[in-house]
Amino acid sequence: MAKITSGVACSHVPALGVASDKGITEDDYYGPIFKGFEFSKKWMAEEKPDVIFLVYNDHCTAFDARVIPTFALGCASEYQPADEGWGPRPVPVVKGHRDLSAHIAQSLVLDEFDITIMNEMEVDHGLTVPLTMMFGQPEEWPCPVVPLAVNVVQYPAPHGRRCYALGKAVRRAIESYGEDLKVCVFGTGGMSHQLQHQRAGLINADWDARFMDLLVNDPEFGSQIEHIEYLREAGSEGIELVMWYVMRGALNEQVNEVHRFYHVPASNTAVGHMILENA
Amino acid sequence: MAKAYDDIPGTIVFDSEQAARGYHLNQFCISLRLQANRDAYKADPEGYIDTFPMTPEQRTAALTEDWLGLLELGGNIYYTSKLAAFHGINFQELAGLMTGMGSTDYRAMMVSGGRSIDGNRYQSEWDENDDG
Repeated sequence: MAKITSGVACSHVPALGVASDKGITEDDYYGPIFKGFEFSKKWMAEEKPDVIFLVYNDHCTAFDARVIPTFALGCASEYQPADEGWGPRPVPVVKGHRDLSAHIAQSLVLDEFDITIMNEMEVDHGLTVPLTMMFGQPEEWPCPVVPLAVNVVQYPAPHGRRCYALGKAVRRAIESYGEDLKVCVFGTGGMSHQLQHQRAGLINADWDARFMDLLVNDPEFGSQIEHIEYLREAGSEGIELVMWYVMRGALNEQVNEVHRFYHVPASNTAVGHMILENA
Repeated sequence: MAKAYDDIPGTIVFDSEQAARGYHLNQFCISLRLQANRDAYKADPEGYIDTFPMTPEQRTAALTEDWLGLLELGGNIYYTSKLAAFHGINFQELAGLMTGMGSTDYRAMMVSGGRSIDGNRYQSEWDENDDG
C-alpha cells in the first residue's frame, strides 16, 4: 500500500526560481536563502519519495478569471512549465502519476471533497519553485508529482479548517492505493507577504513563527485561524498559508520537525520552510 | 455592506465584488502573458485594449499605468503584474510604485525586515498618523 512518510512546507517566491535559473544563488541577497535549503536537498536525497503530492496555487496561469476552482487535482501524465509572461522556466517537464491521481480523485469525491479534475494543466512557479528549492537543477525531476491547485487569488480562499480536513482525506486516498509507494506531501506558499497597494511589503516575523509552531504542535487549533487574521497579520497574499494545512492534515497528529528555515526577504516575501516527518 | 477587512489599511481584498468589477480588466491583463498578445498590444495599444469591454476608467488606468487605480477598479495584483511585466516592471519595482516609496527605498525596507506590522493593522492607525 502507498504510505505518506513526510511533509515539506516551502514558500514559492518566483524570484527564487529566477535566481536559480540565472545561477545567482550565492550572492549576498540570495545566498543565505539557498544555504537554508542545503540541508533539505540532502534530506530529500535520502528520503527518496516515489511520488510528491504537491499543494500549490496557480497564479492566473492555468486558471484565469474565467474559471476559478477552489480545489483542482492534476490527473495528467505530465505538466508543462507555463509561460508566465517572460517565457517558461528552463526546468524539466513535471511528470505526473496518472493512476494515483485517478485513484485520489475518485476517493476524494466519494469522501465528500468535490474537487475539479484537470486532465491537462500547465504549471507555474507555484509548483516548480518548491521543486527547485528541494532538488536543485536536475535534468529530470527525480519522481512524479500529483499537483493540487488551491484558489487563494480570489477571496475567499478555502478555510484553513477545510484545508486541514482535505489533507486527512488526501491521506485516506493515498493510503488506500494498492501499490507500495512512499509519498511526500508538499504545502507551498507564504509566508507573510503583501504584494499589493500601499501596505505592500508587510512582513510579520512573530506571527510567522507562531504559525509554524502551531502547525507542528497544535494543528487542530492552528487550522482555526480565520481569514481576517491572515489578511490583517500576514498580509493579503499571506493567506496562501492555508495550503500548509492540507499538507499538515495528511501527516500524523504527532510529527518530528527535522528542519526549519526562515528568512526575510525574497523580493516582497518572507521565506519559510519546514520538513516534518511522521512520528 | 461593511466587510470585516475594510479597516485594513492600504489593502484591497480581491473579493467577489472586486472580481466582478474587474473581470474584463483582469482578462486584458492576463492576455499579456502570451507573446502574440504582447506584440499586438505593443503595435496598437488602443486598438488592442478596445477588444476588452472594460469601463473608460479602467481603460485609462491601464493605458496610463495607474497601478493603485487599477486595483481600486477591480484589478488583482496577479493580473496587473502581467501588465507591469509588459512594461518591464517586476514585482518589487511595482511595489515600489504602489507604495510611493520608489524601488530603492522599498528594496531597502525589505532588506531590513520589511514593513512592520506595528501601526499597520488598522486604518485608524494610518489616520492618526495623517493627523499628526
